[in-house]
This record gives sequence, structure tokens and C-alpha cells, in this order.
Amino acid sequence: MRLSNDVFILGTGESKYGELWDRSLREISVEAGLNAIESSGIRTKDLDAIYMGNSLAGMISGQENIGALMSDYAGIADEDVPTLRIEASTASGAAAVHQAFLSIKSGEYDLVMVGGVEKMTELYGTEMIDISSSILDREWEAFFGGTPAAMAALSARKYMKDFGVGKDVLAAISVNDHKNASMNPIAHFSNIISLDQAMNSTPVAEPLNLMDCAPQSDGASCIILASESYMKKEGKEGVKIAGNGISQEYFALHSRDSLYSMKSTVSASRKALDRAGISLDDVSFAEVHDSFSIYGIMALEDMGFAPRGKARDIVLSEIGLNGRIPINPSGGLKAKGFPYGATGVGQFVEAYLQLMGKAGKRQIADPEYALLHSVAGTGSTSIVHIVGGE
Amino acid sequence: MGELSRMWRETDHRYRMVGEKCGNCGKVYFPPRDICPTCHRDSIGKMNNVEMSGNGVVVSFTIVHDAPPAFSRQRPYILAIIKLDDGPTLTGQIVDTTPSEIDIGTRVRSVFRKISEDGHSGVIHYGYKFVKDQ
Repeated sequence: MRLSNDVFILGTGESKYGELWDRSLREISVEAGLNAIESSGIRTKDLDAIYMGNSLAGMISGQENIGALMSDYAGIADEDVPTLRIEASTASGAAAVHQAFLSIKSGEYDLVMVGGVEKMTELYGTEMIDISSSILDREWEAFFGGTPAAMAALSARKYMKDFGVGKDVLAAISVNDHKNASMNPIAHFSNIISLDQAMNSTPVAEPLNLMDCAPQSDGASCIILASESYMKKEGKEGVKIAGNGISQEYFALHSRDSLYSMKSTVSASRKALDRAGISLDDVSFAEVHDSFSIYGIMALEDMGFAPRGKARDIVLSEIGLNGRIPINPSGGLKAKGFPYGATGVGQFVEAYLQLMGKAGKRQIADPEYALLHSVAGTGSTSIVHIVGGE
Repeated sequence: MGELSRMWRETDHRYRMVGEKCGNCGKVYFPPRDICPTCHRDSIGKMNNVEMSGNGVVVSFTIVHDAPPAFSRQRPYILAIIKLDDGPTLTGQIVDTTPSEIDIGTRVRSVFRKISEDGHSGVIHYGYKFVKDQ
């Protein structure tokens, strides 16, 4: 029988997401890695390569060279497993998965670990706002006082004005995230919030307030990818990466055609669906990059779950676990948490658990395909993966 | 974030709003860029300096409460995306007003202002901000 050269998720592991004051960058990386190894039933020294997604460790922890750190502290420094760190800002994790996918697809590797890690709570005060602003255009956005929240707020204000949308529509994204996260044991937040609480929390960058903004989380996620031939040879079960797309767009928000559409998301999601050979109607649930509530709204419209300006028709009623299109069963960036480099890998963990029927209390009924959406900066890169299918 | 040469080399652009005009298609860019995204290689060596008028209209704005250390004494401040009459769209603060005076569509003009400083004894960074056009 001829193999089709598909790539499978063989196992997954995560650390807790949250404010992990007593745990280091390397500790949470290794914990996630070992959990993934155990889940896969493989041995670390059998790995052909490791890709690590990380965005800001150089600025936060003064630590670059994350790949070497990971492989050494995973105990395989003597095993000659090549390890690289992949950086694409807040999409670093998804970018690392994509690189690992290509390395197997090319025929070079059979068994690859993909980790993602970020340690965001090392600094206190407002210094972290400056460091997180390095995902923006430092010279032409952050220099003038731009922050990630401010840029999202600029999108939100324009969106709300052009479509006559209220803050309740944005808040619905956060409410849904918190509800789902309350059923995810590793999530940063376990509390449920009401629409009223979400709409009336402390202002961060108006019209966005605290409950529109994903938290600064520590966390690490890890998955093991394997070639089809490895899966057959070892008799393993896993979940297929059915398709993916990466797309690029102008770096700074002010250079774009629209403040509330990410062209990169429109294009990446089309590519991913095409390559998977499915339509949006085949998607059972989606994990979307809602670092700010407005980005969740924009993602739903950019990918076609709702027409432009009409996300309100679905976010208040149809995105729950039992809804027409469940969004962020993991709890999303707002409530599972937002460790920059880990987030994209964490979405694969959720997809694996859901598609294998191992998601516990937040299990979606009989899912077939998951759509995973990750964004760098304010939309300069979008990475979409379709996971599942036969 | 205050390396001297990194700031110094942008002074023409930030002090006088010098952008660039593609000598091939005529499109004006600010912030400046060396290659026109429309004309690609046909624009190489043909991007010419051009000074912006600094007049424009508010496309969107936000009131920033959570600010990085360099802006903590200015908060809350108004940050806006402004479409210049010259063509380009850029990001900058709106000052000397209150948020209730600003809306999408409000006309503004650029002024030369202090942007931030590197602590108490560090370099002061200057550049453009915007005020409401009366």
C-alpha cells in the first residue's frame, strides 16, 4: 500500500497556564515535553528534531537559544537531536508546528517534537507592556505610545462605529472563553464571568477593558508529530494535520486596507481549507486567536463563520460547546491563557484532546475537524491549521 | 528603548514628517520605505523624499490607560490612526484636547512635541503629535 505522506499528532502535553511564580522557563518547558513524550509512548532519544516556539524570552528572561536549553534540560544533550527555536511573535507556536510539519512532509524526519513556551510574569509593573509592544512596529507604532491593547482598541472603535455594534458583542467572546476554561484543568482562569462584568471592567485602552484582554500567562505546551510511515510501523493512533496555510500582510496596522479585517487570516484560512479539501461547514469547532475580544470577532468574519459586521448574530448564541460552531473549547487566549510562544502549540493540544474524545467535561460531541488560528502581532502573519479527518 | 543611533537616524522623518514618493507610480509613503510595494524593483533608487503637510483626519482612536513606563506620566493619552491629506495613514497621539472633543472623522494637524525620554537624565525623544484643527 502506498503511503500518502501525511503528518499525525501522536501525543500532547502541557504545563499549567497561569502565574507560575515558583516555576522557571526551563521547568515548565520540560514538564510539557515530558507529558507529551509520555502521552505518545515514545522515548525522547528517538526524536529526529525539536522545534521550539518562543517569542520574548530574550527580552523577558534575558535568555535566547531556547532550542538548546530545551533539548539539554530534556536530558538529550548527548543524543544529538537538532533543536531550533522558531519565532513569529504571538504565532511562534503555530509557526513551529508548521516548520515541524514541513520537515516530516519533506521526508527528512519521522518523529519530531514541537514545544512552545513563554514565561510572562518574570517582570512586574508596566515594563511588560513595553516588552509586549515589541510585537508591533517599534519605530512607528510603539514609539508613539502604541501598545498591543491600544492597537486592538483602534480596530474595535472603528468596527463598532461602522457596524453599530455594542460592547456586548465583544464581551460575548470573553464570556464564552471563561465558561469553557472553567472546565479546563490547566487554564489560567477557572472563573465564569457575566456579560455585565465583562462589559464594565477597568478600562485598558478604550473601548477595550480588562475583560477584553488576554492575560499575561506563563505556560508551555508540547506535541509530538509523526510521519504516516512511523504511525503504521509502530501501530500508533493519532490525529491528522489535514491542511495548513500561512499568510503575510503589512507589518503596522496603519498600513492595512482595513482596521477590522486581517487579510492574512482571510488568505491563510482559505489555503488551509483548500489543502484539507474541506469547506467551512465541515469544521466542528475552532480555536481562534482572541488575544483581544475584537480579534475573536474579526477572526470569525475573516474566516467566513459570519459575514462582515455580523459576528453579533453568532457570538451571543452559537459559539458555546453545544452551539452550531463551538469557539475556543480550551478557554481561548482570554481564559486558558496567553503565553505568547506556547499558545499556538496549545491549540493543537486542545484539537488532539477533542478529536480523540479525551477533553473531559468540555468535550464536544463527535468532532471531525478542528480549525486552529494563530496570529502574529496585529495580523502581520496568520497561521491556520485544519486538524482531523480520516 | 533608547539607543541613540536608532533614534537619530529617524529624526528627519519624525521631526519634519519626511516620507517617500515612488518615482515610478507616484504613490506617497509615510513612514518612509525604500521599496514601493506596488512597483517592487521598478521603484529601487526612485524613492524620493517628500515632506508631509501633516493635516489629516482621524480614522480611529483609543484612550490608553495601561501604558508602558515611558508614557506613564502622560496617561491616559489619546492614540489615533490618522489619514493624512498627503495620502499615507499613520499612528500618533492627539494632545491638547479631551477625548470628548475627538471622534472618527475629526480633522487634526501635526505639531512638534516631546514624545518620551530615557529616564530622568537620558535622551529626550521628539517627534510629531496631532492637535484638533480649529
